[in-house]
Amino acid sequence: MKSLGSIRRSFAPWNDPQARPYISFQNVTKRFGDFTAVNDLSLDIYEREFFALLGASGCGKSTLLRMLAGFETPTSGRILLDGQDLAGIPPYKRPVNMMFQSYALFPHMTVEANIAFGLKQDGMPKAQIAERVAEMLKLVRLEQFAKRKPHQLSGGQRQRVALARSVAKRPKVLLLDEPLGALDKKLREATQFELMDLQQDLGLTFVVVTHDQEEAMTMADRIAIMDKGKVMQVATPAEIYEAPSSRFVADFVGSVNMLEGTVTSRNGNSVVIKGNSGAQISVENAGDAAPGADVAFAIRPEKIRVTSKRPETAANAMEGEVWDIAYLGDMTVYHIKLGDGQVVKASALNSARVSEDPLTWSDRAWISFAPDAGVVLTR
Amino acid sequence: MQGKLSRFNITALVLGFAFLYLPIVLLVIYSFNDSKLVTVWGGFSTRWYASLLSNHLLLDAAWVTARVAFISATVATVLGTLAALALVRYTRFRGRFLFSGMVFAPLVMPEVITGLSLLLLFVAVGLDRGFLTIVLAHITFTMCFVAVVVQSRLMSFDRSLEEAAMDLGATPFRTFIHVTLPVILPAVVSGWMLAFTLSLDDLVIASFTSGPGATTLPMRIYSQVRLGVTPEINAVCTLLIGVVTIGVLAAAIVNKRRDIQRQRDEQAAAQAN
Repeated sequence: MKSLGSIRRSFAPWNDPQARPYISFQNVTKRFGDFTAVNDLSLDIYEREFFALLGASGCGKSTLLRMLAGFETPTSGRILLDGQDLAGIPPYKRPVNMMFQSYALFPHMTVEANIAFGLKQDGMPKAQIAERVAEMLKLVRLEQFAKRKPHQLSGGQRQRVALARSVAKRPKVLLLDEPLGALDKKLREATQFELMDLQQDLGLTFVVVTHDQEEAMTMADRIAIMDKGKVMQVATPAEIYEAPSSRFVADFVGSVNMLEGTVTSRNGNSVVIKGNSGAQISVENAGDAAPGADVAFAIRPEKIRVTSKRPETAANAMEGEVWDIAYLGDMTVYHIKLGDGQVVKASALNSARVSEDPLTWSDRAWISFAPDAGVVLTR
Repeated sequence: MQGKLSRFNITALVLGFAFLYLPIVLLVIYSFNDSKLVTVWGGFSTRWYASLLSNHLLLDAAWVTARVAFISATVATVLGTLAALALVRYTRFRGRFLFSGMVFAPLVMPEVITGLSLLLLFVAVGLDRGFLTIVLAHITFTMCFVAVVVQSRLMSFDRSLEEAAMDLGATPFRTFIHVTLPVILPAVVSGWMLAFTLSLDDLVIASFTSGPGATTLPMRIYSQVRLGVTPEINAVCTLLIGVVTIGVLAAAIVNKRRDIQRQRDEQAAAQAN
């Protein structure tokens, strides 16, 4: 497979067969009565990784995090941290700290006392505590708020206090449960980068739970997409987006067009798919699709070109009618209705202010794409 | 519509307050009556307050009442808080519903029955009736009030606070002392005050469970009234009303101030954002 997107650094221990996972979930199942929150799940996370658990609410991602913190015990299976089985170790003896979704700041304590709380439990000498607290306050830029109580702070400040408190003990692993969920959009974007810098500077392993795919894509080294207590795919953001392993993942992350069809022939790594609409689609990097298999060809809207005439060189082209146009400023999304009634989304970047060849409602239009523009999904 | 006082509203208000407070106002006025006859006004005087100071029977009874109330409220607060914790926290044990019902039964149990059953128990186990038995009885019947007050606070308690404390390395015991208790403290304190007041003005249960040498103030007042109401009793009652009023007002003022301060802080924080 060709390389997919550039990763922000060459950090990729998951590709190294010698690397030992730092956190390891082994066949973990968690049931609450009749409800199975986590279902026979195995997952490896490496040291210094920024790992995101992404899924809709109720998919089991928070339960996974709480089992790692020690607030829930697995019904079966093992969780290893740095080679040590965590079974039977209570939360207050685990070398992991958690940042709670509600922040869970102690309302009767000042900012200072909140940050010092964990250090006091370890019996750290007073002078050292004061030093560490000052360092943490500086890190989150809250020096002048040290004596305030949580209710005297704004939402963004509370979030930073919670962060400072959870990293004050220098845990091996920091667990973040929807860390930016309670912030408004602008603050959230700024804080994403702060979190990434912090993780790099302190050299910690971060495991973050989120339902916001943009957040996961921005921050994480790798993302695990979860559904119904199972991991659907674990991969880098670029791989998740460009090479989803199943219809669920393709559909869950970003916007996608799914063209269902049957594989008619296979030649090396290339296949020809006869779409349900009758159109032929030729695709490279076909994965494990065998002739005769029912597959979906998944292609992102920005990989599709829309033109008013049939392009001469395109490997794949289909004719349709402009059904809808959504002008978003930076781009325009065309909804093209194909012969069989399926509507395909195609987005075009508005790189020029005025279009030479404007398409409008009910025009005949052609969509075209390269053979490697999408992926073939068998699951 | 709202906020306007119609003639009907004013009448209702006056009648309602009169119904509630007229007897008390009369009692207070007559405590300053110079005449020995309770119902005949003989001019203003504070002599009954002075004579109160030399009435050892009443003073002793007041001292007994204060000690009973203090000890029983304190013990009841500890037990009631623990009961509330158990009922709110361990939601899945067998028979929880029955237990929570049983904790609250004494709230609606006629005092006569509570008193009588305790008397029978003390007699059965051979406990001499006196100071100790009153304290025990008061613990029993005030504990459930404390449990109710603390339980309602615990319902809205954010469990993630405790999880955060444990996550940061605090053992369950330290978590309780440093996080849970400080957060629910206002409810615990008001539970204590409720227990204290209940014990202070209990007559029925104390009558059943007291013995010679341990007479509480309500019992003393009641027995004196049977011999005839003296202005002295009016004076004692006025003092009691005074103490209770000051307590209630103080609590209200402190609460109000804290609310105002909190609102101001939150506004300031929101603006700084």
